[in-house]
Amino acid sequence: MSSVSGLASVLYINLTNETSKVVNRQDLHDKYLGGTGVATMLMHEEFKEGTDALDPESPIVLSIGPLSGIFPCCTKVVAMFRSPLTGEFGESHAGGRLAMAMRFAGYSSIVITGRAKRPVYLSIYNNDIRFKDASSIWGLSSTTDIGKILRNVEPSAGKRSIIRIGTAGENRIRYANVNVDTYRHFGRLGLGAVFGAKNLKAIVVSGDGEIEVPSKSAYSKIYKEIFTNIVETDLMEKYHNLGTTENILPLNELNGLPTRNLQQTFFEYAEMISGENFADNYLIRKISCAHCPIGCIHIAMLKTSFGPSHEYEVRHISYDYELVYALGTNLGILTPEGVLELIDKCEQYGVDIISIGVVLAWATEMSMQKRFTTEETKEVLLKWGDVKNYLRAIDLIVESPNEFYSALAKGVVFASGKYGGEDFAIQAGGLEIPGYHTGVGNLVGLTVGVRHSHLDNGGYSVDQKAFKNNLSDEEIVDMLIFEDDIRGVLTSLTICLFARAIYTYDAIIEALATIGIERSEEELIELGRDIFMKKYELKRKFGFDLDDVTFPSRFFETASTNGMIDEARVQNVLSMYKKKRWGADRT
Amino acid sequence: MMACARTYYDTVSLKNSAIDIQTSGGIESAYVAVVCHACIEPPCAKVCPTGALVKRKGGGVVFHKDLCTGCEQCVGACLVGAIHMDRDAKAIVCKHCGICTSFCPHDVLEMRKVGDADDMHTKTSCEEVK
Repeated sequence: MSSVSGLASVLYINLTNETSKVVNRQDLHDKYLGGTGVATMLMHEEFKEGTDALDPESPIVLSIGPLSGIFPCCTKVVAMFRSPLTGEFGESHAGGRLAMAMRFAGYSSIVITGRAKRPVYLSIYNNDIRFKDASSIWGLSSTTDIGKILRNVEPSAGKRSIIRIGTAGENRIRYANVNVDTYRHFGRLGLGAVFGAKNLKAIVVSGDGEIEVPSKSAYSKIYKEIFTNIVETDLMEKYHNLGTTENILPLNELNGLPTRNLQQTFFEYAEMISGENFADNYLIRKISCAHCPIGCIHIAMLKTSFGPSHEYEVRHISYDYELVYALGTNLGILTPEGVLELIDKCEQYGVDIISIGVVLAWATEMSMQKRFTTEETKEVLLKWGDVKNYLRAIDLIVESPNEFYSALAKGVVFASGKYGGEDFAIQAGGLEIPGYHTGVGNLVGLTVGVRHSHLDNGGYSVDQKAFKNNLSDEEIVDMLIFEDDIRGVLTSLTICLFARAIYTYDAIIEALATIGIERSEEELIELGRDIFMKKYELKRKFGFDLDDVTFPSRFFETASTNGMIDEARVQNVLSMYKKKRWGADRT
Repeated sequence: MMACARTYYDTVSLKNSAIDIQTSGGIESAYVAVVCHACIEPPCAKVCPTGALVKRKGGGVVFHKDLCTGCEQCVGACLVGAIHMDRDAKAIVCKHCGICTSFCPHDVLEMRKVGDADDMHTKTSCEEVK
């Protein structure tokens, strides 16, 4: 269907045999475009039932979309895998340079199966695919240093992408992430552990391809329109100015900011770790993913002393809203320095910060109730705001020297199943929650979302609308379904969701047309719905059933933006969602 | 880079851009924009054996693509590394048209007229990208 060649090449990598092949999968791309749609179908093909998340044969799929590298803000790569954290559907999106690098290397998807016999990293430069020995960087304590080392031995400075795991991935911490170009991540659901189980330390991708478009004048015109919309309207300004941390103060004001393991939804010291304070006193640069004009990645400077004779080091650390929630308000941390120290610790190990933040918050409450022995905790006494002990606890989780820390390394569902405290293990669908307690929309949205992420359907945003305009339950359900579906289209085109206001259906249709892909709005809407359903088929294969979902009672004991949440109402909204999605007789 | 490449080539690419954005020591460090400095006495023109690169009034060079044989003498002569080759082995060299500046949203690249209004020579000022 597309008249642009090279947008449907899938690179299949087998780590066990160290072989690779390229297959043109126009069939999949004609129907599913790319990104999350194509990844879902590749996952259906590659996943063999009964394969555990960390089995050698468990597949990893990385996909970009037809607009990647061609239009601005189409900067994401979709990763799909079976999650070692939840045991079910794993999907995570990352920016950085990877999408651009894959496009100009000539691949729309990369499928990885097998397990290398020794630690390896993959070097992909155009059609030159190499399996290189990574023994000397396996076990290195810093993901930043991994980047520095690979940078010196691989080609294409400035245009390549280097994705890698830290020791957390090697040790198969179930919420280990994959670091993408230092400041971005495949963060959630544990892709890092899947890399670790495959003995795959890193992937370096670059290429110098060129893409021919059918009509350059039409392409340049639409490009300019989209670009102008991005930079000359205020649709995306907030992401550049304060960035996502601009939400700390408003959500605090609205009682939507989970604090001290969601015992409350406002933080008395919110101003001290607000986006404003970070920007005024710690921010040193803003950078972009490749081919994005926004610059939403906020980098703070942390100067610390490491010796008595005025010995200092300076670290550059990226921060955003979710991190300030997970390692800030939810642990009662009072200072930006404390938050940045904790972020950097997690970054160097390569763990998902939302998950480890929730695990630590749960463990703090347990600890304060004296439900652990000092032998178990190795005498690390967790209490709110105590940065030093949290740093030590993160070391121990990644190291996993005993049964207790090994349990914490398996996530809050596992740990609370073993030690108790399930009522305040704040998870939805098995995944530690992001930084919102806004109401029914958020709670149901997280539960039904395919990856139980706030980005699946933006339930927190539905709640903010409900707060202003009193939405009915049916309106809430309809909005969640609408968002679930349109986001399936956006992420099939790997458009950054921050640009969702730019890429309306009209803009998408025009952009696709310039590369020879004709779609109507109706077809796109149907595609979004179809992808959602296909993902639920995968979820069922992995053992997920919406009927089995239970909620920690904490959700119903702490006031949200929209007041106390009534569990019966949540169940009712959930039933309504199921009915609208699958009809009365199926859940 | 995208803007430059699509302005002068029929394809979408990074490789055909005359301005090159690099990192000096990884993404943790400052970005660097490598682009023609518009030398008054351009070394690239001096070494060009075919007259494809000719000194331009006010600085920089005029490039006659049809005369370029792909010898790459200019690549070595340019100390700042502002010239590289396309897939047809023709030099890619900045024309100082300023298209890159119109797609820079963050006040990093700017178009500056040098001399009086009669002299239309322009310069992209982009030593370091913030």
